[in-house]
Parts: sequence; C-alpha cells; structure tokens
Amino acid sequence: MSTENAARWPRLPRRLAGWDAAVVALTVLTLLVASGAVDEFGTTRNATFLILDLAPVLLLALPMTLIVVSGEIDLSVASTVGLTSALMGELWAGGLPLETIVPLAVLAGAVLGAFNGLLVTVLGLPSLAVTIGTLALYRGLAYVLLGDTAVADFARDYTRWANGSLGGGWVPNVVPPILLLVVAFALALHATPVGRAIFAMGANDTAAAFAGIPVERTKFLLYVVSGAVAGLVGVYWTLRYSTARADNAEGLELTVVAAVLLGGVSIYGGRGTLLGVVAGVVLLTSLQNALRLAKVSADALTVITGTLLILSVLLPNVSAALGARLRRRTPAPPPSPSPPTPAARTAVPLPEPTRRDGRP
Amino acid sequence: MTRTPAPTTKPGRTRARRAALALGLALTLAACGGTTRDSEEERDDAPAGDATADPDAAYATDLSVAMLPKSVNNPYFEASSEGAERVVDELAGSYEYTGPSDASASSQLSYVNTLSQQATDVVLLSANDPNALCSALEQARALETTVVTFDSDVAPECRDVFVSQVDGAEVGGALLEMTAEQIGGEGEIAILSATANATNQNAWIDTMEAELAENPDYADIELVAVAYGDDEDEKSFRETQGLLAAHPDLAAIVSPTTVGIAAAARYLQGSEYRGEVALTGLGTPNQMREFVADGTVTEFALWDPTALGELAAYAGAAVASGIITGAEGETFTAGELGEYTVGPDGVVTLGPPTRFNADNIDDYDF
Amino acid sequence: MTVAGRPPERERGGAALLDAVLRFRALGLLVALVLLVAVTWLANSRFLSAQSIRDILLATALTLLLACGMTMVVVGRGIDLSVASVLGLSAFGTATVLADHPGLPVPLAALVGLAIGAACGTVNGLVIAYGRVPALVATLGTLYVFRGLVYFLAGGSRISAGELPRGFLDFGTARVLGVPWLFLIAVAVLLAVGEFLRRHRAGRDLYAIGSHEEAARLAGLPIPSRLLLAYVVSGTLAGLGGVLYAARYGTVDASAGYGMELDIVAAVVVGGVAIFGGSGSVYGAALGALLLTVINNALPVLGVDPFWQRAVVGALIIAAIALDRLVALRVAASLRGRDDAHVH
Repeated sequence: MSTENAARWPRLPRRLAGWDAAVVALTVLTLLVASGAVDEFGTTRNATFLILDLAPVLLLALPMTLIVVSGEIDLSVASTVGLTSALMGELWAGGLPLETIVPLAVLAGAVLGAFNGLLVTVLGLPSLAVTIGTLALYRGLAYVLLGDTAVADFARDYTRWANGSLGGGWVPNVVPPILLLVVAFALALHATPVGRAIFAMGANDTAAAFAGIPVERTKFLLYVVSGAVAGLVGVYWTLRYSTARADNAEGLELTVVAAVLLGGVSIYGGRGTLLGVVAGVVLLTSLQNALRLAKVSADALTVITGTLLILSVLLPNVSAALGARLRRRTPAPPPSPSPPTPAARTAVPLPEPTRRDGRP
Repeated sequence: MTRTPAPTTKPGRTRARRAALALGLALTLAACGGTTRDSEEERDDAPAGDATADPDAAYATDLSVAMLPKSVNNPYFEASSEGAERVVDELAGSYEYTGPSDASASSQLSYVNTLSQQATDVVLLSANDPNALCSALEQARALETTVVTFDSDVAPECRDVFVSQVDGAEVGGALLEMTAEQIGGEGEIAILSATANATNQNAWIDTMEAELAENPDYADIELVAVAYGDDEDEKSFRETQGLLAAHPDLAAIVSPTTVGIAAAARYLQGSEYRGEVALTGLGTPNQMREFVADGTVTEFALWDPTALGELAAYAGAAVASGIITGAEGETFTAGELGEYTVGPDGVVTLGPPTRFNADNIDDYDF
Repeated sequence: MTVAGRPPERERGGAALLDAVLRFRALGLLVALVLLVAVTWLANSRFLSAQSIRDILLATALTLLLACGMTMVVVGRGIDLSVASVLGLSAFGTATVLADHPGLPVPLAALVGLAIGAACGTVNGLVIAYGRVPALVATLGTLYVFRGLVYFLAGGSRISAGELPRGFLDFGTARVLGVPWLFLIAVAVLLAVGEFLRRHRAGRDLYAIGSHEEAARLAGLPIPSRLLLAYVVSGTLAGLGGVLYAARYGTVDASAGYGMELDIVAAVVVGGVAIFGGSGSVYGAALGALLLTVINNALPVLGVDPFWQRAVVGALIIAAIALDRLVALRVAASLRGRDDAHVH
C-alpha cells in the first residue's frame, strides 16, 4: 500500500483538496436544488427527519475516518451496533436499569473494538480480513443472544428523547452530542499530535514507526474508539426505533464506508479531512431524502450512490492525468515538488518532516 | 467516547485505571434507583377514541392513498397493490406504491415520515417490525393521516385498523389439517419458516404447536424441527436439504411462507424424497402450479393478496371518511367483497385461507 | 503481508520449506473437513447418503466458481465485492431472456449470462486498472450499481420455474455418473484457473503484481492489462454463476445472490489466499469453499441452533487468518535459523 502512495505522492495534496471542496460544493448545491425543486424538502420538519436519519451514519463515519486515514478499515461497525443493541435488549429484559445498560453497551462496544484492535496490531493481521470475520462473528452472536425475539418495551422517556427535539422545536435532541463528537474528532485528527501521527502512519507506517510514533498502540486505540462509538450508536438505534433486534443496522457498514470514501478519504490511508466526510454523509442522506420526497424509487438511489462513489476517485484521477498531459505539451516547469496551495495545506495536514525522518 | 486516542508520550496505564474507576462509579450510582423495565408498566394511548363513526356516510372522494409494503421488490405486495389501486381509482382518489428495497424497519420508518410530510390521507402499511414504526406512525396520525396495516401488524395503539389476511388460529389449523390429511395422521413433521423474526410465521407456528399438544387428532404427529430459510430462495433450499438429512423419518414439511414452499418444492422435485415426503404450506398458485401438476405437492393454501389489498384500501377509505373509527363492532361495505365487521383491537379479517390443489389451481392467476 | 507472499525462488531451502507449509495448510483444511464430516456422519449416517453428498456438491459449485475468479483478483492484490451483484444481474438477465424466448437453445442463453458477466467485469477492470481507482472502492461502487440495475430491471417481478424451459431446469439437477453437472463445470473451471495461475505467463504476472506492484512495473510487466484480465475473468465466472443459479433454483428475483460476496471472500481467505495479494492457490480457495459449504450443511444436521451458523463462520475466518500468520512467523523464524546454520 505504502509503496503505491509514495509513487503517486507529488500530485496528491492538490488533487485531494480539490475533491474535498468539490464534495462540500456538491452537498451545498444538492441542498439548494432540492429545497427549490422538491416540495417539503426545505421545511424544518424535514430537517428534523433528515438529521435523525443521518445520525447513525455520521457517528460511525467519525472513527471510520480516523481508521481509514491510518491505513486500516473496520467493516464490523454495523455488526457491533447490532450486537450491542441485542445486548441492550437482553439486559433490559433481564430487569437492569437503563442507566446501567447504556454505559455497559458502550463498554461492550469498546471491548468488541478492542478484539479487532488486538487481532490487527498484536497479531498483525490484515484489518480487511479481520473485520470481515468479526462482521460475521458479531452479527452471529447478536442472533445467538436474541434469536428471533425482539425487545421493544424500552422506557418511554428515553425513546421519546431519542426521537424528540430541543425545547419542542425542530432541532433534534441528538444534535448537541453529535456536534460535540464531530468537533472532538475533527480537532483530534487535524489539530493534535495524535492526528498527525494517524496521517503519518497512513502514509507509511514503517516510516512512522521509525519516527517514534507508537503505531500499534494508536491503531489499537482507534479500534477501541470505533467500537465504543458503535456501541453508542447501538444505544441510539435501539432507542430511536424502540426495538432491540439482532438484525438492527444490518448492512450499514457499506453506507458508512461509502460516505467516508465519498468524502475524499483515500482508502490507501494518509489522506482525507473530516469536513469532507461530514459533507459526504450529508450528501448521501439528503439525496436519499430528496429522492424519496420526489417519489423516485429506491433503486435509482442505489445506482446513484455507487456511481458517485466511483466518480469521487475516478474524476480526480482522470483530471490529474489530463492535467499532466497538458503540462507536458506546454513547456512549463516540472510539476512534481510544487508547494501545496494554502487551501491544501489547511485541508490536508500531511506530516512531511516525519516521512523524511522515517526513511531509513 | 469523546476520548480520543491517547497522546503517546504519556503512560496510558493511569489513564486506563482512571477510566475504569469512573465507569465503575457510574455503574454503582446508576444501579440504585434507575429506570428499569418494572418501572415502565403503564402504557398509555388507548386507540384514539374521540371521533364517532357514522356508518351511513359515503366514501370520500379525492383521498390520497399510499401503500407502503415491507419491500418493493416483492410480487406478493405487487398483487396487493393492484387490488388497492383498483379500489382507489373507483373512489376517484390518487394512489401511490412506494417503499424501501430492503425489508428493514429502519428504512421503512423514513418512508412513513415522507408520506406524512406529503400529507397523505391514508397509508396502507405492511410493517417490518411491530414497534419500530410506532412513534413515526403516531406523529403521522397526529397530522390526520389514517394508518391501516395489512398483512403484518404493528402494536394496536399505533394504527387505526389492521386488515388481517386470515385469523392466525385458522392458518395454523388449516396447515395442520392439510398436513394430517397428507401423511395419514401420524409421523414426524418439520417447519420451514421465513426469518426468525417474522411476526406472522411465529404466531402460526405457536398455534400449530399448541394444537399439536392439545388436539387428540394430532396425537401421533410430532414436530421435530423448525428451520429458517430467511425468505431467501437459496437459504430455504439449503435448509430443506438440511431438514431431510437430519431427520430420516420425516413425513412432511410445512412451509408457511411463499418463498420457502417454492424452494422446498424445487428441492423435493429434484431429489429422491419426491413423493416420499409430503410438502404443504402457504404458496401462490403461479409458483406452485408446476409442482402440483407433477405430484410433488398435493395441496397448499393461501389467501388472495389482491383481495387483501382491496380490503385494506376500503378499510382505509372508510376510516378517512368517518364510516368507521376502528372500534369493535363497527361495519363497512367493501365493494364486491361484501360487508365486514371490525373485531377486537381494530382487526378486520379477510376470511379463511383458500386451499389449492390439482382440481382448482388453474382457476387462479396470482 | 505474510512471509508466504514472497517469491519462493529467493531461497532454495526456504522454498522447499514454504512448499511444505503450504501443503501443511491444505492438509489442515482437509483434516478439518474430514473431522467435520466424520463427526456429522456419526451423529447422523444420512449425512453421507448419495443424495446428501450431491446436495453439498451442488451447493459448493456456485461458491467454487466465484471463488476461482476471486482468487485471481485477490492474488493480484485486488478484491471484487461486486460478484454477488453480477451474479444477480446475470441470473435475472438469463432467466428473462429464456422466459421471453422459450425456443432459444440453452447454450445461447448461457452465453447471454456470460456476456453480462464479462461486461460487468470489464467495467470493474477498466475503472481499476486504467482509472486507477482502488479495487475496494470501485467494486463497492459497482456492487451498488449492478444491484441497482437488477432492481430496476426486475422491479417487483419474479421469474418462477414455470416460466423457464424444462431443458434448462433439468440441466440444473442433471448428473453424469451420479455427479451433478454443475459441480463438474465448476471443477473444470477450477482446473483451468489453477493451471493458468500456476503455469501461464499472465498468471505468474498476477502473483508478481500482488507481491510488489512497483517492482512488477519496473520489471516491465503490463500491469493494467493483467489486472483487466483478472477482473474480466472474475466477472465472467460470476456471470456463469448467474446462469447456473437460474438453472439450479428456477426462481429468480431481484435479490438473487444478495450478500453472497462475503461468503466468497470468506472462502478465499479461509483457503489461504493472502488478502493483500501475492500468495495462495485456487485449490486452497476451493477447499475453503467446500469447508464453508459443509459447515453450512452440517450445522442443521448436527442440530446446532441455526442462529450459531454465522458466528461459527466468522470465528472460522478469524481462526484461519490467525493460524496463517502464526505459521508464517514460525517459518520465518526457522528460515532465519537455517540461514545461520548455512553460514557456519
């Protein structure tokens, strides 16, 4: 992975910044067009529904962004949501108070994430294979736990809160905690040494290790955080739909990965911004919402999601190739070590010194 | 969880200990006097009963009606939709058929929200989960949308009327009756169901189990296994072969789901068990015609999904027009289907299932 | 990447040992398979009846076919998540053509399915090899696109066995000397792909690309065309899988094969193909496919709660890759030991 990265290195920052900006612009454009063209889209009522719908994807996308930037992946998140939801149902049916169940569910998520993390870091197994395995394992355990039953009689106060709005207005109760998490993750990734370490190990983890970054421990913690957030989503999902069942959030991992990649995060690691990912999530969900309101069938959405995903990588690649060809024709200075534009520098804080140090 | 990965310069152990301590503290605090299941006994919201029914009122015209099936890629619901659309056209209303492509409660919820935003007058819903849609349905009903469930119900307080395809006890009874006839009243039987969560199938299986335990006519019949084909053709197929391999003395398989029975029939047809092991259950005539013709299947049952759609549409229009409110004992006329009475819990039942065999199967096309 | 990913030519002694290890791995799978079959057979002798064995072979055939294509792709350090969607598209396409033109000869209809698969594979290959889109992203995208197309074409319709020509359906269960045709087809494909990967120039190139793409490029290998080939083969085999699916099950709707991609990846990984390329054989993948199918068939016979099925498969995947890793570390250590001995 890393070799490929290095080979394509020089042109990347600018390309990526371009896609980030493009996703944000596309998202704003979609929102504007949808508000104009689709009745009911621009209403506060719809905004409430939209936010409630995008909450789980957005929450799961936060740690997923960090993990993908670090060069790994976690396909087990949706199964973790399912298993914590099943666990929550089991404990509630067993008579435990919700105030105990919620931290336990989050803790369980963290433990499940830690298991992924152990396999990936201590045993050094490829995360793609590991998390495909735990995707099946965790979902299977959810079925073992709840089987064919559903637990539904959760405390009304809690389920009302999960669906309710601040002060009876249109802003859902879940907005402040979600905003808090978004800001926390954005700061962690873009404004702390840990964030820089994550970018560094994503670009080249051997180099990062030589530079003194504890690659394994950081990756392990990323999986723990991912699991804990998935546990939190498990709690939210259970309360939002007032139902704990083994198949909760089944298949959501693909949506989350799609949103993260659509947001301009490189699957090879080392590149991406949280802003792009948030835009990616909003774009996917609001498209879905607008198309539904416009009475377009769900099939169209499947095709659009897939196409967008491919174009998000293909277009920058093609334009870069075309650009390179143009530059070759005009006798301009060679483009390779061109300094990143200011926008690119803020958007992609790549740890260049670390990389250089890291080369043996 | 807002805890971000620890900066690596500091030792992580004290941090971990502190976190564990905090968590333990939270648990102990929470353990005394929290919200438990027992403190949640009272469930409010009796069916909205402030409106009064006017049995002589006429069906309103210009109603907007939408059908929201479990998933749109399902021939069964297409058939129901045909029936509903015919009724809505007759009543000069506008009709829409919409829904998710995967049969999950969460994606259905978004569609409920969308329909209530569009101020749809009547929603005809087949629910993927009895509880998950409730709060959204309550909101929709608060905005004057009539909610009629059909095929698969939600909790009674979340809808106006449920149009049931059949009485649950009648299905279970009919399935057992057919089975007993085909195996001569004795032997091992197994059930091939849909998903393990399927509300209908589980209710019917419960009835069958109760009947088997109590009814002396079935004393020699033993239910040895329940398998789940998840309403996927391939999985049902595999589960059928698993059942037959696991139970050498199996006399019959009962599959109370259209996908399951067709897959099981396909398997039996190509295997050495054909003619040895009886197969019955719920299936559509078009899917099963071939197997009845070649003797793999003797008799199976189903209701008419098109008639179910029609009845659901009439029931929805009746509520929206004020003819009924969903209270027990009210009556309404559903066109050619005749007069129906609302039962307890706002349930309207279509009628007993139709049995299909070599004699009558060619009279049906769905 | 495991040690097994390195070209075995590097060290003579190491090559022999590595070979032994890879054999040992296949042997391990075989032992697990035999044990499982034996235990299940002891629990219920019907498990080894001719009918039951035929069922297992038939069920393996589809997984096996797709696993062959997946192996080629994974060896070249890619992945093809779209196989199940391609299978669905091809199954529905073939069934539609046959239902609309009942007079059409079956082989011709099969060609339609193959062509659909090849076209899908070409899309994947072009986007990945020439558009330089990472395989995971590209095939995740086409997973959605191709499935969306099936939904779009099929809507709520379902093609049932009654609409398909008798000859086509008979082909789904027909057998030669007691062995199902479908399984024989899958085995023929397996041998062809095995031979291709082992001896053919382009096949060896895939291992080289998967081991170290940059080195392969510097060595002058035509990387894009090799990758394109791998995805076209994977797509075509998924297309063939669709035809066989339609023949076998008779009932085809928009969800045919839904979610199957994970089973295929699981079979390949359990079979010892390294997920990051460069190592593994198609025969291992075939064993993996067989083992997973036998597990799926054995659990209900053993009376294991069906809810455990998925958990068991997940645990098996993890165990397989963890075992690989441990064995690889051992080998690396012992190789180092040997080299030291050599120096003396």
